[in-house]
Amino acid sequence: MMTSEFSVYLLGLSVVGAPIALLCILGFFSLIDRPLSERATDKLVFLAIFTGLLSSLGMVAVLLHHGVWRFTIELESLLEIDRYHFSVKLLFDSLSLPFVLLAFVLCATIGRFASRYLHREPGYNRFFVLYALFIAGMAVTALAGTIETLFAGWELVGLSSAFLVAFFHERPMPARNGLRVWTVYRISDAAFLIAAIVMHHMTGGGDFNTLLGKSPWPEGHAALSEEQALIVGLLLLVAAAGKSALVPFSGWLPRAMEGPTPSSAVFYGAISVHLGAFLLLRFSPILELSPVLCLVIVALGLITAGYAALAGRVQTDIKTALSFASLTQVGLIVAEIGLGLRYVALVHIIGHACLRTLQFLRAPTLLHDYHTLENAIGAHLPRASGSWRGLVPESVRLWWYRFALERGYLDAWLTDYLARPFLRVFQGCDALERKWTDWLSGGRSRESDRLKASSGSLDELL
Amino acid sequence: MNELHLPWLELAILIPLLGAIKVMCLRDPQAARRWSVFFSGLASVCALAGALNFYLLGVAEATDLWNLPHQLIGLNLFVLDELSAPLLPLSSLLFLLTAVATQGAKVRRFSFAWTLVSQAIVLAALSSKEPWLIVALLSIEAVPPYLELRARNRTTRVFMFHMALFAGLMVAGQTMLESKDSESADIPWAAILLLGAVFIRSGMAPLHCWMTDLFEHATFGTALLFVTPLMGAYAAVRLVVPIAPEGILHGIGLVSLFTSVYAAGMALVQKEARRFFCYIFLSHSALVLVGLETVTPIGLTGALCVWLSVGPALSGFGLTLRALEARHRRLSLTSFHGLYDHTPALAVCFVLTGMASIGFPGTFGFLGNELLVNGAVETFPMTGIAVVFAAALNGIAVVKAYFLLFTGTRHVSTVPLRIGKRERFAVLTLAALILGGGLFPQPGVTSRYDAANYIIEKRNHKSLQAR
Repeated sequence: MMTSEFSVYLLGLSVVGAPIALLCILGFFSLIDRPLSERATDKLVFLAIFTGLLSSLGMVAVLLHHGVWRFTIELESLLEIDRYHFSVKLLFDSLSLPFVLLAFVLCATIGRFASRYLHREPGYNRFFVLYALFIAGMAVTALAGTIETLFAGWELVGLSSAFLVAFFHERPMPARNGLRVWTVYRISDAAFLIAAIVMHHMTGGGDFNTLLGKSPWPEGHAALSEEQALIVGLLLLVAAAGKSALVPFSGWLPRAMEGPTPSSAVFYGAISVHLGAFLLLRFSPILELSPVLCLVIVALGLITAGYAALAGRVQTDIKTALSFASLTQVGLIVAEIGLGLRYVALVHIIGHACLRTLQFLRAPTLLHDYHTLENAIGAHLPRASGSWRGLVPESVRLWWYRFALERGYLDAWLTDYLARPFLRVFQGCDALERKWTDWLSGGRSRESDRLKASSGSLDELL
Repeated sequence: MNELHLPWLELAILIPLLGAIKVMCLRDPQAARRWSVFFSGLASVCALAGALNFYLLGVAEATDLWNLPHQLIGLNLFVLDELSAPLLPLSSLLFLLTAVATQGAKVRRFSFAWTLVSQAIVLAALSSKEPWLIVALLSIEAVPPYLELRARNRTTRVFMFHMALFAGLMVAGQTMLESKDSESADIPWAAILLLGAVFIRSGMAPLHCWMTDLFEHATFGTALLFVTPLMGAYAAVRLVVPIAPEGILHGIGLVSLFTSVYAAGMALVQKEARRFFCYIFLSHSALVLVGLETVTPIGLTGALCVWLSVGPALSGFGLTLRALEARHRRLSLTSFHGLYDHTPALAVCFVLTGMASIGFPGTFGFLGNELLVNGAVETFPMTGIAVVFAAALNGIAVVKAYFLLFTGTRHVSTVPLRIGKRERFAVLTLAALILGGGLFPQPGVTSRYDAANYIIEKRNHKSLQAR
């Protein structure tokens, strides 16, 4: 009995252990400036993902065999002082297992694709270090049994995303876009952390057993009042909106397409973009306590879906068009969660992620595919035109076209009304400090003023 | 009082002083660097041995073997306790690694002799519990940077104005506290004066301008070593926390919270790497004082853990920036530099230490922040939100600086800019501390928990005495 319990423990541990080990190995060799060869990296990545995948399947088999729908593995407490206890808990249930399986299957596919796609690319090793960081983050997030563990994984995913967007870093635009993604993620992280603090304060712990009850997902019951659920839920919704690019944070998603195609596929087509929806699913017992909150979630989901469908129609490059197509589906998934259709949303996530990954991977060869089709039919592909065109005045159509082309002016709105005024306050403080130190030192106090800018800057973003 | 097996503390203080005399006599900067590393390393070994010896004894306080000061003047000048035991080797290590990582271009400008003197002063202050000795040592600690500013023909007025005010307030506060006819009614006033001194030394807004000025005008190494041992926080724990009424402690919390958020915001708009680093440092060091406000075991443990994590993380971050400066001169943050292809290892170190400083998962700072927020929220719920806000801004500032320094363009260089062996050793040592502390936090946190209880006990004892 002891042996079988230990085996299950080991099996569960290796689901997250394998990608973490991969990260440690690749990270260590990068840190000492001795990156592994492409072949060795490829093999290690495959081995780690395969181990993680097999272990997850093993856990599914064990749970099915025992007819258990919720199983928790608590790693030995990392920290214990006074009444404070910090441990890493892994939760295997009908939400986490499908999600982690999906992540491993898609990461394995993309991993193989990327090893060819980035062959002899100077950033090959950097890509796979960040990829390992992402897989580790995904596994930890999906299987987290406490809010702290979930946050740890959530942060790893965010960091890897931002750096992969800026993968082609010899150009300024990827860096600018990477920073934009990271900024939105930090806002999302802050909302998540504040939600975690509020929950800690209300329930006295961050364990999902305490927060969401011990029943298997999605039947848990949160020990919060309706008002408390509304506050926590709104904070979680902001966190989810940032991570899943819901309105008004949608502007970062097309910018994220600046990264290499494999990472665009797995991050913004398949897994990372669904992380916000996953968060809402995980905390669904809290959501159902507040009808107002559910209404807000449905509204936000539908607005995002409508916005993305509109913006996606006028995009001129395939990856951006696909990113808006993804966002349309994510919006619908969020609306489903708001309506309480938990399993529908989960199935929708899995189906959508698989389809979109395929589409992203085919994107670089789209022109070739079109030519093949046109050659086969012997003519250009027919262009569909809406029957409603005649019913809408041209000025209105033009307005909507511009609105869609500018992606709803969301980015400009956030920059002009949030980022700039915020930075202006601190620039003003900086000017005051300069006056004060100039006065104290009786002359110009800043040597750094003599430094000159040599090339493009990030100023237009921050 | 219990005694260590050897006079570790006195050795740790004396060795760098002797080293300073030796190094001052040398004319060759490379030889000066080598001897400086030797003496600094020896002092670090003594400091580490002292700390290990203290933990093996398992007592609350211990003095040196033979305790010479006690025999000569009847005072226990140097005492190791739960608070100072890990700080002593850690601070000494920062001095050692800074000397080790000093590259060719910086060797001539960086004063190794005065750095050894500073190391001795810091170690003496950290080994001391005598208020007047702490006041004296913290006051003279400002002398080496002042002399360096003078030697470099830079303005000293901003630095000296603040340091003179700092020393004056400390002396006034301590005098008021210890005057024979002082009554318990005077204690809050004495605490306020001492608190003012702590605010200046810790760089609490709006009294922080000396720190940015120091980073502007002194060498990066000197500025780094003057701020990273967090002597302001040390003065707060030794001089203010034991006597300050709760209202004043709440004041510390509010001012330091404001500083944390303000400095994080200021880091975002800086146009030069040193100033950016200074504000990132201020934002994090202020968090240590936030935890001191709570005076609960968890909050205080969190603050002390943040203290332990800020040292290695921000020193590593600073050393990485210093290494970049050694290759590129002063770094502007108004344009892209594209240094990644030339110095990939420095880029990795930059991200690692930068993320560690903002308390990223897997680093010691993560648990420190977690404990701090947990403890502080109980006393003042808004603390958690402000800390999270500051962390978010710092995170954006660090990644923004990364993109500006390492990406965005192709940097053309005719000479190799790769990280040197000594720099790699310094940064990897700090990285090992950061990650090791994050993956196996229990020993470090337990030690800080004991230190927190020790501080609370001392505070309660003083309160009873005052009554």
